[in-house]
Amino acid sequence: MAEIEPLKNNELDLTKVDFSQVDQPGSVGLFGHMKGFWVTFSTIFKKPETVEYPEVKAPTQERFHGRHQLNRHPDGLEKCIGCELCAWACPADAIYVEGANNTEENRMSPGERYGKVYQINYLRCVFCGLCIEACPTRALTMTNEYELADDSREKLIFEKADLLGPLRAGMLMPPHPMYPDMDDSNYYKGDVTQAHPSQDVNK
Amino acid sequence: MTTAEIVDMITVVIDGFEVSVPKGTLVIRAAEQLGIQIPRFCDHPLLDPVGACRQCLVDIEINGRAFPKPQASCTIPVEPGMIVKTQLTSAVADKAQKGVMELLLINHPLDCPVCDKGGECPLQNQALSSGHSESRFQGVKRTFEKPINISSQVLLDRERCVLCARCTRFSEQIASDPFITLNERGALQQVGIYEKQPFTSYFSGNVVQICPVGALTGASYRFRARPFDLVSTPSACEHCASGCDMRTDVRRGKTLRRLAGEDASVNEEWNCDKGRWAFKYVTAVDRLAHPQVRNSDGELVQASWPEALAAAAAGLKASHAAVLVGGRATHEDAYGYSKFARVALSTNDIDFRSRISSDEEREFLAARVVGSKTTYLDIDRADHVVLVGFEPEEESPIVFLRLNKQFRKRALKVTSIGSKLSIGVEKLKGEFVKVAPGQEANAVAGLPLTAKSVILVGERASESAGVLTAVAALADSTSAKIAWIPRRAGERGALEAGAIGNLLPGGRPVADASARVDIAALWGAPSLPAAVGRTNDEIYSAVNSGDIGALLVGGVDPLDGINGAAALAALDKAFVVSLEIAPSEVTQRADVILPVAAITEKSGSFLNWEGRARSFDAAVDDSLNRSDLRILSMIAEEMGTSLNLGTVTAAAKEIASLGTWDGARATLKSTSASKAATLKENEFILTSWRRLLDLGTLQKGEENLAGTARQTVAVISPQRAATLSVVDGDRLKISTSIGSVTLSALVEDIHDDAIWAPRNSRGSQLLVNLGAAHGAVVTVVKI
Repeated sequence: MAEIEPLKNNELDLTKVDFSQVDQPGSVGLFGHMKGFWVTFSTIFKKPETVEYPEVKAPTQERFHGRHQLNRHPDGLEKCIGCELCAWACPADAIYVEGANNTEENRMSPGERYGKVYQINYLRCVFCGLCIEACPTRALTMTNEYELADDSREKLIFEKADLLGPLRAGMLMPPHPMYPDMDDSNYYKGDVTQAHPSQDVNK
Repeated sequence: MTTAEIVDMITVVIDGFEVSVPKGTLVIRAAEQLGIQIPRFCDHPLLDPVGACRQCLVDIEINGRAFPKPQASCTIPVEPGMIVKTQLTSAVADKAQKGVMELLLINHPLDCPVCDKGGECPLQNQALSSGHSESRFQGVKRTFEKPINISSQVLLDRERCVLCARCTRFSEQIASDPFITLNERGALQQVGIYEKQPFTSYFSGNVVQICPVGALTGASYRFRARPFDLVSTPSACEHCASGCDMRTDVRRGKTLRRLAGEDASVNEEWNCDKGRWAFKYVTAVDRLAHPQVRNSDGELVQASWPEALAAAAAGLKASHAAVLVGGRATHEDAYGYSKFARVALSTNDIDFRSRISSDEEREFLAARVVGSKTTYLDIDRADHVVLVGFEPEEESPIVFLRLNKQFRKRALKVTSIGSKLSIGVEKLKGEFVKVAPGQEANAVAGLPLTAKSVILVGERASESAGVLTAVAALADSTSAKIAWIPRRAGERGALEAGAIGNLLPGGRPVADASARVDIAALWGAPSLPAAVGRTNDEIYSAVNSGDIGALLVGGVDPLDGINGAAALAALDKAFVVSLEIAPSEVTQRADVILPVAAITEKSGSFLNWEGRARSFDAAVDDSLNRSDLRILSMIAEEMGTSLNLGTVTAAAKEIASLGTWDGARATLKSTSASKAATLKENEFILTSWRRLLDLGTLQKGEENLAGTARQTVAVISPQRAATLSVVDGDRLKISTSIGSVTLSALVEDIHDDAIWAPRNSRGSQLLVNLGAAHGAVVTVVKI
């Protein structure tokens, strides 16, 4: 194969380029300078916006898009039905869901289906909230939590256990059966307000 | 359709465009030809029109006279002078369609987020494309208990059903298994099964695929994935020789479902439940992952690939070696084994028939089958189809569907020669020629066939002496066509690849010197071994007598033959190199185990019974497993020879360059039928076949599928049942010198001398339990 010849300047026609003078703005004058310094000077008398983070943590706006949470029904059953619509909506492909069958012995959510695997990859998530809009059961919502830094990639893939909301008063840790004489539509209508007394929350 | 047939063409106007279609074409199909999509649910091109869903309403006018109301375009054939206005040009049709859609959705539950069909649902799609965006319905939707199991593998959600009757029409018209039907009327109309009989059709999976809503779903796939999770790969079915086109859907390296592909000349749009649902064996936990080598203490230990290849090469070189390759290898892999035997081991001792086989069969294959060109089209055109040693529904289900189609369309005459009337032949209303097991040859001889007839010969024809001779003679005297239909997907390919002792690749007889020169030149080998190789059974006995010292075994179950004990003894004695995907009787006894890729992890092709290539790509592309072909090449390199078959593409190219053999074909020596045995009162002649759903290795790990297997029974004739005073359900003990099985009796149409039991079903593994499968005399006692 022939040697590659070095490129010559005249082949690029560099000599023909016109370098015209770039205009620089003129002086703004004394008034202009004073106007600028006035901002600095007046700030001295204002309350500082700076917060001593992390010692002080100011609350975010109420609708700030922070870490996700998987919610529960009032009796503790999971709201997630594993439908994958969040994963479908996600523009960053950050969500991975696998659905599975609820059985009488192992009931995680009302109805037939629950999310067996639920992962959100916070290395990918852009906090756009499309997943929240897609969720048909309001199982997925966003919290205001924003402290999501960590020191490995694995730790930033949140599993279902990391995302599930806490058990509140009246809730019972699934798996457990649905509220007696209720079906999944009762759950969605809000007929279930807490775990049935027979299910003994404090057990 | 041949060009010779004169077709009346009719010109109609649809939405202002003219189109000419053959007479009898439905309006909805004529519109398709113009690219006009009319929404529909019940319409299916392979099922009879029914007009059940009313979604495809269009305005039609014939010679200036308009129908007073919109008509269902899926039931009306085109007529001259017809002017059709679809929803695109007629406001009336559009309103009618939207109205029908609104009515269909009234009782349809809002299950889309949990429904398996969500994302690939015709109802969902068409509700968006041609429905109202808001529902005016304020009432309470009709609900049913859901889901109900209509069989262990098909689930029914009745409230999702739009009553299109696709499933019931399929079951009745295509599979002839009318086990589901539409019950009740009006708003309560629903798909149902007979109370006492579940939906045990071998083709039930197709109703899941053609259901236009999520009313019928597969139990194994339920809630597993969404369409957008799946990577689909066109593939071919590895379960039988029918050669179905398939689609394999993989999520993260795991096969989640398989669907029937479309190939009008083979499987149309159908497949069987085994092909659809038996794929879990690939991901079974016990897959072999690493090579293993037997150490000096006689234990198998994990080894590196170079170590294992070196051990394999050394062992195969040390003594005379033979090759046993099962009928499951792809065409390319079988070619690799064939070439490896000839080039690296310098022997013709290779046999792909890891089942009951005979010398007569081997000669028959060489003389009649290799290179033969009988196809499904010949069945479509046949005037008479004869089944010899072949039970289509159990052994090659798509052949059954094709026979059934022709039977329903034009009352195709089917004759079955055998000892027991099967369910499949009953459905085909076939003529059943009843003979004692072993006496089939005589029944074949006198059949009145013509040049348009087709004789379908199963692999079981080799189990009775003289049958194949008689088939060949019958074909010669009547010029009927022969088609040999083995059970396993790889057998025809292995035959064409020369993975048998008497043939070289391309059907060249080993005994023919010019054929050997032909192949030697192509392979660049100085010469090829001239002696005709041993058969399967001969190889095992040669090992036991010390003539063969090493075996290369790929995908073989030694217990598939009559003499399982001799096979196991031979595997114990010889130096065995095993290429396998999972632990087996062979790997237990192997000296070197080399794990190979399963079918979803490699590319290649099968030749179906027609000899038609069914090629497929790897569905899982990040697998580290290598194909048999690649490993054979590596062993050959280690032995100091070269196969030059590094990739499947290279092998396919080399196979294509083989060309066909135009020299003299092998001839078939005539074998005469054995004499009928005389039986004592409690003696019977055993006969059996393998059921589609049984204990086959490739069906492992799929319990939902196993749930629809037919019952394990022993079948005896009414007359013999009377003499033994046996009624249905009595326990019968069938015994030979080797062992016994105890099964419940079923009195049915079977030859008086014969007793039938499934060959490899739960509780009835005849080859292992009795050491016999067909033609042997057994003792039967009622217990």
